[in-house]
Amino acid sequence: MARTAGERRREAPSRQTEAPATEEKVGTSERVERLKKDIDELLDEIDEVLEENAEEFVRSYVQKGGE
Amino acid sequence: MAVPKVVGLETEYGISSPGRPDLNPSLLSALLVTSFVGPGQRARWDFEGEHPTRDARGFERPREEGAEEETGLASVILTNGARYYVDHAHPEYSTPECADPRTLVVHDKAGERILEASAALVPMIHEGVGRVVVYKNNTDGKGASYGCHENYLVDRATPFPRIVRDLMPFLVTRQVFTGSGRLGGAGDPPFQISQRAEFFEAEVGLETTLKRPIINTRDEPHADPDKYRRLHVIVGDANMSELATYLKVGSTALVLLLIEEDLLGQDLSLESPVEALHRVSRDLSLKETYSLKDGRKMRALDFQWSYLEASAEYVEARGEPPWGKEVLSLWERTLVGLERDPWELSDTLDWVAKLRLLQEYRERRGIAWGDARLALIDLQYHDVRREKGLYYRLLAAGRMRRLVTEEEVVRATREPPAETRAYFRGACLERFPTAVSSASWDSVTFDVGEEALKRVPMPEPLRGNKALVGPLLEKARDAAELLTLLGS
Repeated sequence: MARTAGERRREAPSRQTEAPATEEKVGTSERVERLKKDIDELLDEIDEVLEENAEEFVRSYVQKGGE
Repeated sequence: MAVPKVVGLETEYGISSPGRPDLNPSLLSALLVTSFVGPGQRARWDFEGEHPTRDARGFERPREEGAEEETGLASVILTNGARYYVDHAHPEYSTPECADPRTLVVHDKAGERILEASAALVPMIHEGVGRVVVYKNNTDGKGASYGCHENYLVDRATPFPRIVRDLMPFLVTRQVFTGSGRLGGAGDPPFQISQRAEFFEAEVGLETTLKRPIINTRDEPHADPDKYRRLHVIVGDANMSELATYLKVGSTALVLLLIEEDLLGQDLSLESPVEALHRVSRDLSLKETYSLKDGRKMRALDFQWSYLEASAEYVEARGEPPWGKEVLSLWERTLVGLERDPWELSDTLDWVAKLRLLQEYRERRGIAWGDARLALIDLQYHDVRREKGLYYRLLAAGRMRRLVTEEEVVRATREPPAETRAYFRGACLERFPTAVSSASWDSVTFDVGEEALKRVPMPEPLRGNKALVGPLLEKARDAAELLTLLGS
């Protein structure tokens, strides 16, 4: 039977409740290392595409209001 | 009574010519439009029937002199049924009318591709202009804001005060998933959920540039005015995330169906909507509460759960709209994620994706929040170039989810949606480009060499679709024959 709309909200986990951590126990340090490496790779890539001279670029981005 | 939710998006893009800061932005916008369209394009936008100063509350404001001349600078119709034009100092792309939120996401992304292509073409065609960069965002961070407006077909019989009462709390609190994120403010981190929220100062009104209202009253249906209203929602952020656009439009369309049928079931009116709009944008904890007129206090998420529940009951009872269940499912997953841990939605919501990237960059590079590189990341997230835009770098790294395919997006840069009158507009332009003299949202005007131009009115947004006019367009050898077949 379909859940009622009210049940949806009641079933929604509260942020105060700890999430089950079973997955985390397996190879945690390995996963964290891999995650760190992924982030480093992404940030290096972002440095490559970021516009040069950030300060000047951001300062000169001036728009007129629209709509 | 509820009417089908025909939907559209109008996006004003931010533009910059880094090598030539002296260039007039209106001229630069016109160069983008004309470079994309090329010299062969003849059909112009038809301004007959445009009444941006007509108010839904039943009166009219005097019109500014010269407004039409300026917007007429460059305004064209594309074969996909969209309108591409200059609005004051910005290039603007209005998607064709779509019959469901997913198709609208496809056409919204097609607009991004058209702006990306335009920006690449300008320096090739116009010597001395240099490179042009286009941003799908809503503020320059220096006090200027430009919009991403949503349009929804609504039953004219729905009392406007009911729309104001029942839609306002929804628009104020939906930021938690529609926000595109913005660096700045006094918080820690100095970040806001919405690009647009703090530019809004009024609850209801006709303005779009000064004293912007949460509920805009522009009454310009672009359809049969006795049957329809086109609700013009100006308070939303432009989204890069396909899922965020889908959820923004889908959830708003469901809430409007509820309002038309008067099925919200409770009065959620806020004590101070404008103040709440600003606070929701600044509350990254999502835990603050907002006072209702009836004395209750609720979190932004509680408002959203109430709208979701009423919408779910509606869809379960009616078995429609056909896209309803998919929108409800994403809406529910999003609220669950926001309750549990917003980081779970860093592949779905723009504000979360951007905040995560800013935090990671700041920590790894060991820089302060005031570092210009973070302000640049905030801006470049919205760059429409797929090799440079940071949203697109996240997408390529597998950190953002997609809803539609690139094949669909590319097709939508040329072909109109099949389900609405946009099909007739776009297909006529494709088939008979020299015979279409002008077009508007609700008409196409032909010049078939006779003394008088022939105007084909389209007051019904769901007529003129492929099923109805496709066979006639196939059969007609020229525009004159098409008009005969149409019986006009």
